[in-house]
Amino acid sequence: MSAERRSADVIVIGGGIHGCSTALHCALRGFSVILIEKDHAGRHASGVNAGGVRQLARHVAEIPLSNTSMAIWHGIAALIDDDCGFTSDGQVLVAENDADLAGCRARVEDLNLRGFHHEEMIDARELREIVPAVSETCPGGVISRRDGAAIPLRATQAFKRKAAEMGATIREGVKVTKVERDGANWRVVTDAGDFLSPRIVNAAGAWADRIAADLGEPVPLEVIAPMLMITAPMPAFIKPVVILRGRKLSFKQFGNGTVLIGGGYLGRAIRDENRTILDWGKLATNAKTVWDLFPIMRGAPILRAWAGIEARMPDDLPCFGPSARHEGVYHQFGFSAHGFQLGPGAGAVMAEIIATGHSNVPIDGLDIARFTASAVH
Amino acid sequence: MKPLTDIDQLAEHYDLAIVGAGPAGLSAAARASELGLAVLLVDENPAPGGQIYRSITTTPVSDRAVLGADYWRGRDIVARLKRSAAAYAARCTVWSIAPDVESDASPFEIGLSLDGRARLISAGQVILATGAQERPFPIPGWTLPGVMTAGAAQIALKSSAIVPKGRTVIAGCGPLLYLLAGQLAAAGAEIVAVLDTTPRRNWRAALAALPDFLRSPYLAKGLKLMAKARRSLRFLGGVTSLAVEGSDRLSAIRFERGGASESLACDTLLLHQGVIPSVNLSNAAGCAHDFDPVQHCWVPQLDDWFASSVPGIAIAGDGAGIGGAESAALRGEVAALDTARRLGRITIPERDDQAAPIRAALGRTLRGRRFLDLLYKPAAQFLAPIVDDTIICRCEEVTAGQVRDAAKRLGVTGPNQMKAFLRCGMGPCQGRLCGPTVVELIAEARGTTPAEVGYYRLRPPVKPVTLAELASLPQSEAAVKAVVR
Ligand SMILES: Cc1cc2nc3c(=O)[nH]c(=O)nc-3n(C[C@H](O)C(O)[C@H](O)COP(=O)(O)OP(=O)(O)OC[C@H]3O[C@@H](n4cnc5c(N)ncnc54)[C@H](O)[C@@H]3O)c2cc1C
Ligand SMILES: Cc1cc2nc3c(=O)[nH]c(=O)nc-3n(C[C@H](O)[C@H](O)[C@H](O)COP(=O)(O)OP(=O)(O)OC[C@H]3O[C@@H](n4cnc5c(N)ncnc54)[C@H](O)[C@@H]3O)c2cc1C
Repeated sequence: MSAERRSADVIVIGGGIHGCSTALHCALRGFSVILIEKDHAGRHASGVNAGGVRQLARHVAEIPLSNTSMAIWHGIAALIDDDCGFTSDGQVLVAENDADLAGCRARVEDLNLRGFHHEEMIDARELREIVPAVSETCPGGVISRRDGAAIPLRATQAFKRKAAEMGATIREGVKVTKVERDGANWRVVTDAGDFLSPRIVNAAGAWADRIAADLGEPVPLEVIAPMLMITAPMPAFIKPVVILRGRKLSFKQFGNGTVLIGGGYLGRAIRDENRTILDWGKLATNAKTVWDLFPIMRGAPILRAWAGIEARMPDDLPCFGPSARHEGVYHQFGFSAHGFQLGPGAGAVMAEIIATGHSNVPIDGLDIARFTASAVH
Repeated sequence: MKPLTDIDQLAEHYDLAIVGAGPAGLSAAARASELGLAVLLVDENPAPGGQIYRSITTTPVSDRAVLGADYWRGRDIVARLKRSAAAYAARCTVWSIAPDVESDASPFEIGLSLDGRARLISAGQVILATGAQERPFPIPGWTLPGVMTAGAAQIALKSSAIVPKGRTVIAGCGPLLYLLAGQLAAAGAEIVAVLDTTPRRNWRAALAALPDFLRSPYLAKGLKLMAKARRSLRFLGGVTSLAVEGSDRLSAIRFERGGASESLACDTLLLHQGVIPSVNLSNAAGCAHDFDPVQHCWVPQLDDWFASSVPGIAIAGDGAGIGGAESAALRGEVAALDTARRLGRITIPERDDQAAPIRAALGRTLRGRRFLDLLYKPAAQFLAPIVDDTIICRCEEVTAGQVRDAAKRLGVTGPNQMKAFLRCGMGPCQGRLCGPTVVELIAEARGTTPAEVGYYRLRPPVKPVTLAELASLPQSEAAVKAVVR
């Protein structure tokens, strides 16, 4: 019985998009896999995020991972038998004034010098063509044309389902309480008994610092609760996802007309209770930005607002790659409010590292050692 | 009472905010205010009364016999509020209740709207008295014009003295069914039949609870209602299936009884299958809920004083579990007493003393309830519609078949996961109409119980608020500073 399986080649802790993707890619490489999730797959950040599949405006350290992921997103159905509702109408970063625009230009030039060409400048005219509803005063922006959006919970569960089909054991409703060395293995202690494996992947999202601490690699992980709002269906008026350079805003209209409003305003996370508290004062500021930029939205009824519990690192970059201390331990967390797009690719790269010891996709600058260097020496 | 008609008239802070001006909220507000608390009572309706006493101060129905003596009792409850010092805001919708993020002492931040303007105020304690809603009752064709719920018809009657036109059929089960049929008939509706779907085998389960019922206040009242309805209306019991006929509007109701199928032409069909607590606000506020197998619905976890799992939030009235109007008023008083105790206005012995007679009365009103719950438990085929193309989520037009398929083929284990695949529960009603049915369908498809399946995690705003209302929220200085992160 697979449900009774207690040991495997790889144990993945956490059933977010990262854990599920890594479980799938490990299974595809022929490893036996157990994935352990305390709630259900996609219950946290991976199931409630904005679904933005964005290469645009990423830190250079994660661009290679992001590019790898984007290639997978564009063929996602072939990998996991579900298109995850992925649509690719581009993402546009809108400059609200000339200073914003100059910043955009410098950024794109820098990326070009590094050999990345997915971000392109657009002028006021093209901006208006692509985003007719945007306010008259915006002088231009940057577009990443292959970007888009998908349905987060559906995507995460599709990765989980496919991993299970490929032989991975998925244990939902099982909580890891401790990890410790046991000879050549790692002992993963849970409220449903112990599991053993020579390799563990810490993909525990906002709870990953606890696993890291057990392993003697404490990290300065901050638990955050980014907030989102969604409106009732509006007449179709915008295709690409829009983000701003100056103010916080991420804005997207779905095919059914509903409009998602976000941008990274934070509520309060109570992670031990799987609960978040919204901050309506900040959501009001978020709404005010939309009011300014998209007059068409002023009467839109807001149907729901929510926040997800997410891990944020001090430099806004993930911890990704082998442990700095232990053989057989891999970290994959701290995606700092932009890890959904990275999930499919990060799983593939992680499985490659587990199988071969390295990856052709550079992950420099994402190593956990940047926080734990003092603990190592 | 201090009536508030403009949102600017609301104070920044109240000792106690009460949501819902039915018997529970009215009594709680009166009692708490008599105990010296600064109380705000809000209700989205234009006048106090809640469901049972809807429009009690304004109804155009003047013949007292139409709505019955119970209805007019509401006058005393409203009069008591009027004598109190409580602030009362009508037409005021509460869309969010949360611990105040700016204060660690955890008073509540309450989001409300009145006349198209929104505000955030704070309260030290909250009593939710949001009452009950009719249990969703999806049958094939129920979304066609001409079909509505019996409760909706009653609302039109109480608030505007309007009765359905033409040949009217009432179908379903539950104690209110007979009351509603009787009221509508008395008001002049042409009720051609009452189709009773109460499963006959329920009698066996209910029998054990009969002795209590025989000593209960329901008995006399219930028997009178039943006798009157049966005497004056055409009653068809043992109905096991219902389907609406008609292409762009209801033309007839098809039903099965005793294995035979019949059809009855009608212009209006009123559906009713009992009431369940409305849990949207308590759920979104983070209160824990359990599935009550006897009442077959989700109810909040409450202590003896109706305090929920969230410190500072109490839930009174039918929102605490269906108990009827009299018990709603008594529960409101009990909740108010403990609120005053929590705020340090009365001592524990004072609270207990004042509560003793109320508790005794409460025990009397609830006696016999179990019998009604067991007798009127809806049949499985109405809880989880059998016909696949029955629409169960009106907002997103999701069918029973789609939910069953997602549960079986895609392995979707709960209503929250179902949202990602079918969007049911994501429309403007946020699952108020489809939630219970989705849970039943998943439980049935997966061979488990509603308790195991769980319920939606609901999100504020519990009632829609417009972007303009939100964008114009007055900003406190602290909020402006906080926006930096
Ligand atoms: C449609 C219907 C008809 C009923 N008719 C009868 C009847 O005729 N006789 C009878 O004995 N029982 C009736 N009942 C049962 C009945 O509701 C009660 O037993 C009794 O009214 C419960 O009182 P309550 O104070 O708990 O809630 P209610 O009387 O239901 O009052 C709740 C109040 O809260 C308000 N409210 C809810 N949410 C919000 C919000 N977010 N913001 C602002 N206000 C809000 C509602 O508008 C409502 O006025 C009916 C139930 C329903 C659903
Ligand atoms: C509101 C919001 C909007 C966002 N918008 C976007 C966006 O548009 N685009 C984008 O790319 N990213 C976005 N993100 C970020 C993205 O959602 C996350 O970076 C990503 O989902 C992280 O995935 P994960 O698998 O690391 O974490 P999670 O999805 O949080 O998964 C971690 C899992 O580990 C489980 N777990 C933790 N501890 C244990 C334990 N001890 N035992 C067992 N299981 C455990 C948890 O229950 C959880 O399910 C957004 C995030 C939020 C919150």
